[in-house]
Amino acid sequence: MADALLAPQFEDRAQQHESAALGMWVFLTSEVMLFGGLFTAYTIYRTLYPHDFAAASPRLYESIGATNTAILIVSSLTMALAVRAAPTGARRATTLWLSLTVLLGLAFLGFKALEYGLDYTEHLVPAVNFIPPPGADPGPAELFMVFYFIMTGLHAVHVTCGIAMIAGLAAASARRRPIERLANTIEMTGLYWHLVDMIWIFLFPLLYLVK
Amino acid sequence: MTTLPAAVRQESYLAEGRTIRSWLLSVDHKRIAILYLVAITGLFVIGGFAAMLIRVHLLTPQGALVSKEEYNRLFTLHGTTMVWFFLIPSIPTVLGNFLLPLMVGARDLAFPRLNLASWYVFVAGGCVAMAAMFAGGVDTGWTFYTPYSTRFASPAVVLLLLGIFIAGFSSIFTGLNFIVTTHTMRVPGLTWLRLPLFVWSLYATSLVLVLATPVLAIVLVLLGVERLWGVGIFDPALGGDPVLFQHLFWFYSHPAVYIMILPGMGVVSEIIPCFARRPIFGYRFVAMSSLAIAVLSFLVWGHHMFVSGQSIYASMAFSILSFLVAVPSAIKVFNWTFTLRKGTIRLRTPMLYALGFVGLFTIGGLTGLFVASLPVDVHVHDTYFIIAHFHYIMVGGAVMAYLGGMHFWWPKISGRMYPEGWGVFSAVLMFIGFNLTFFPQFILGYEGMPRRYATYPAEFQVLNVLSTAGASILGVAYVAPLVYFLWSLRSPPTAAPNPWGARGLEWQTTSPPPPENFVAPPIVADTPYDYDHPAPEDPTHG
Ligand SMILES: [Cu+2]
Repeated sequence: MADALLAPQFEDRAQQHESAALGMWVFLTSEVMLFGGLFTAYTIYRTLYPHDFAAASPRLYESIGATNTAILIVSSLTMALAVRAAPTGARRATTLWLSLTVLLGLAFLGFKALEYGLDYTEHLVPAVNFIPPPGADPGPAELFMVFYFIMTGLHAVHVTCGIAMIAGLAAASARRRPIERLANTIEMTGLYWHLVDMIWIFLFPLLYLVK
Repeated sequence: MTTLPAAVRQESYLAEGRTIRSWLLSVDHKRIAILYLVAITGLFVIGGFAAMLIRVHLLTPQGALVSKEEYNRLFTLHGTTMVWFFLIPSIPTVLGNFLLPLMVGARDLAFPRLNLASWYVFVAGGCVAMAAMFAGGVDTGWTFYTPYSTRFASPAVVLLLLGIFIAGFSSIFTGLNFIVTTHTMRVPGLTWLRLPLFVWSLYATSLVLVLATPVLAIVLVLLGVERLWGVGIFDPALGGDPVLFQHLFWFYSHPAVYIMILPGMGVVSEIIPCFARRPIFGYRFVAMSSLAIAVLSFLVWGHHMFVSGQSIYASMAFSILSFLVAVPSAIKVFNWTFTLRKGTIRLRTPMLYALGFVGLFTIGGLTGLFVASLPVDVHVHDTYFIIAHFHYIMVGGAVMAYLGGMHFWWPKISGRMYPEGWGVFSAVLMFIGFNLTFFPQFILGYEGMPRRYATYPAEFQVLNVLSTAGASILGVAYVAPLVYFLWSLRSPPTAAPNPWGARGLEWQTTSPPPPENFVAPPIVADTPYDYDHPAPEDPTHG
């Protein structure tokens, strides 16, 4: 009678799945509001200081940003493949796709760290060694970099959390935990990972491609 | 009175384990509600003590007690503690946590472990915030306006921001849990339009919690970054815009007002039909007005910035929208009043609190219309008129409803009845003390006494002394329930399952309920306000 895959507060698995999915969507909504506040503040300053933001933006490493965009998009694909493989019981495929997603996430963080290092050597870090671009007002130009670091930093925190969760799932999948139980969690983590990807897709043009 | 055999009582959630560990690791929503009750009561005592010191200080025009710097820290301690660590969590995390699964006929919330996590996060946030205020001391007021908070305030302000930031996650966890539970955990037969109005109000509150709290979180991060590294996010000298801070802050903090008052409206919507023995008048209107308030709450934040240099056209729009919020609020008041009409009113303690709520909320709401209109607000902005207005909503409204709910559901929560005589006494005392404290502040504010000053001109002394006298009465009225609730725990849990003859699902199980809430799944045939027909176990019908 007792279903080992069913938490005691639920009547059946359909209810459990519906609750998990709705819970994740509500959480993602609050994440959108979290970044939404930042995007709003950024947009207001960009509208106030179009010239200074346009002068500050080209100093970012567009090539690294573009590479990271590609990496995250591919990682969304591998994650989606893991979500599709899990319910079919294809354990090896699931483990493989999850592990690939983790590797791509780590690559993203690696490039991001490299870029922060380069930003430092180029004197782009506010409050540490910031030098404004020629012809720009120092206050607003520094403001641009402040938002760059806060927005990409907060995003990197989200990527790190996602990597930790997905790595845990990959390990569980490799250790032959019941795959049906994992499938639910993999699906929800997938939703989270896609949101993190989407946020970056907005961040990249907003920060790197200002003209 | 129905009495249950002792064997059944053994199974109550209170008897599940008596060790501290069995409480601190429990994922039972009823136990987590008690954990929250203990935490927020402690924080209420701290915030209330600060208020008492403020009132004593204001006995004399030059200030009777503390230095001006200490006074600034006191009102910051009072405001911050009461807003984030008492009012916002109070009804949702205590009564909501305890009752929501019972009211929808479920065994628990959808995510019990997340619920327990929310308590730990809340307590961690509370500890960090209190450490900031007792170790360093913060004097920015609860609103943290820039550039003062980022340029001049003590570094402890960052710690306080961190504490509030952490506590915000517990709000989001609770809101998320409530939304999902309301959607997916309802017992068969419990359609949306049969939900108790308290559940509707919690649902609307949860929407605000989930959508507004993240914006507060990000604005606190921005403030912290500016304070720590001296970069000019909101500093005009460095290209920042201090009014943007106010926009972002009030985008959360105005809806937060409804986080505090909506659950109270839900509590009152449960108490009034029960003690008037009448079905709630206009069920759909009361339910939908909760959602309307939640939506409108996001569109009015600019009414805090009529004198902050905001565009006059923005101010006019925000003024009109603020007037609009009065419509769903008035719908509720009129429906409560109509429910009372031709009712058989029993003036028990919960009902006294509920009626007090309706009266005081109405005064608070109507004075809200004064300050929503541009010319009047310019006159009373940042005066004691504002203080009085929002205390009528927050204390006269939210705290009254919280205490009314605590009395109403105390038999369900603890299995004990509170002493009715003492209950009536403290409810009446609270009403008197409250009005004596805050009504003089309307006059003080209208005559021009500004808020947040440690001193005042001598002609304001009489009204200030009256206000302090009222606050002392109010203090006694708060201590009394704390004492007799605790005292009632000395006797064995013999409360009947349904001592008030109420109709909600939570009254269909034992008092206190078993860990799994219902031994047999409850049956839902109608809305929980079917007071026209006597229920079999109704003690008022023979
Ligand atoms: Cu407001």
